[in-house]
Amino acid sequence: MIHFVVHEKADGVGVVVVEGCSKGSKATGWIMEPDSTVKVELKSDIPIGHKVALKDFKVGETVIKYGVDIGKVVAPIKKGEHLHVHNVKTKRW
Amino acid sequence: MISKKTKFWGYKRENGRVGIRNHVIILPVDDLSNAACEAVANNIKGTMAIPHPYGRLQFGADLDLHFRTLIGTGSNPNVAAVVVIGIEGGWTKKVVDGIAATGKPVIGFGIEGHGDHQTIMHASAAAKKFLQAASELHRVECPISDLWISTKCGESDTTSGCGANPTVGNAFDKLYPLKTTLVFGETSEITGGEKLLEARCRTPQVWKEFMGMFDRYQAMIERHKTSDLSDSQPTKGNIAGGLTTIEEKALGNIQKIGRKCKIDGVLDKAETPSSPGLWFMDSSSAAAEMVTLCAAAGYVVHFFPTGQGNVIGNPILPVIKICANPKTVRLMSEHIDVDTSGLLRREMTMDQAGDALLDNMMRTANGRLTSAEALGHREFVLTRLYESA
Repeated sequence: MIHFVVHEKADGVGVVVVEGCSKGSKATGWIMEPDSTVKVELKSDIPIGHKVALKDFKVGETVIKYGVDIGKVVAPIKKGEHLHVHNVKTKRW
Repeated sequence: MISKKTKFWGYKRENGRVGIRNHVIILPVDDLSNAACEAVANNIKGTMAIPHPYGRLQFGADLDLHFRTLIGTGSNPNVAAVVVIGIEGGWTKKVVDGIAATGKPVIGFGIEGHGDHQTIMHASAAAKKFLQAASELHRVECPISDLWISTKCGESDTTSGCGANPTVGNAFDKLYPLKTTLVFGETSEITGGEKLLEARCRTPQVWKEFMGMFDRYQAMIERHKTSDLSDSQPTKGNIAGGLTTIEEKALGNIQKIGRKCKIDGVLDKAETPSSPGLWFMDSSSAAAEMVTLCAAAGYVVHFFPTGQGNVIGNPILPVIKICANPKTVRLMSEHIDVDTSGLLRREMTMDQAGDALLDNMMRTANGRLTSAEALGHREFVLTRLYESA
């Protein structure tokens, strides 16, 4: 079963696509390009549609999704944690 | 599977364009004329009033856009005939003359000096004749190249970028070689993905024109912003759905133009394209504004991918909703026309999802009502550029 989707292999985040993904569970991700899978132990409860970090991030690092810069890290994030507006911000505006 | 030989049943209009609906609309020039238009539509069953809040004391480019939107809406081939009502005769005649250039039946009424009662009586008589004439028009077989298809997404979330939007992209990649006329837009929602579009523009000139529109829009945001826009763009709904930044939202948005088709040119708001191909329209990212501009530019069917469940429709442009979020599909099923949530379970390929959308498009073109039509969603929202004089 697929719990999260990753657009590209170089991406640092996956998108949770099922409901009920909870802290401590082992989640399986589908990397769309190339067609392969990855496993991550979740360190947060993550709602459907929200992102899981696939690596540790330090403050100031760039988050890559779709193979492209989607913003900067403003609070440390550990692999398996929820990555969202509380720890990542836009570089624009 | 669609091919160059694919045909659909449409209404061939006087100017050669083909519609997939046969509306007789009662179109106000201004806010003051909404009441009379609604009274006429109530008298003559089967006609439709399209009320809106503007049309007074506008000037310059803002007034030009107002006329272009109203004339474009009346000229859209999904419309068989138009009754125009305005408070004053002058601007009413301008809208009537603009629509009359298509050759379709159109008549205008000014309220001043007559009052609502006289206006409603005469306009109702005209609307009845138009409606009965339109009811005798028949659909004819038309080549798929006669279809004009627009797209804009809304209430997006992360499933839009990995499911619903690439479904539209897959369909666009299949429609483009068939000489259809396509459009996307949402200038602010390219932010972060603008450089990716350079490789998608047909010529360096198209890229230059696109960047001119993009930079102008960014300057407008910089001029008016009071924060990093984190309460507006992404919206609260986008953030609740998991989207974190404008860059992430934009990269999802761009999935709608697929991987192969090229951007052949750019359009101003509500501007009608001059040839088949994929066009970029400089436009608002607010759903009803953008869809209204697409209808005014002459598009006849719309692809609207959503994640969290936007419920938008348009009076004259059938809006097909595509959703890949299984929770939204479950909780808001009455709004979703094409469910592509199977993509995210790996139960459906992108090709299958694109084909499911194209199948729904063909049925919609042949007369099937979309969910938004069945639910009575008729959002008609005019874009304003600045204050009235």
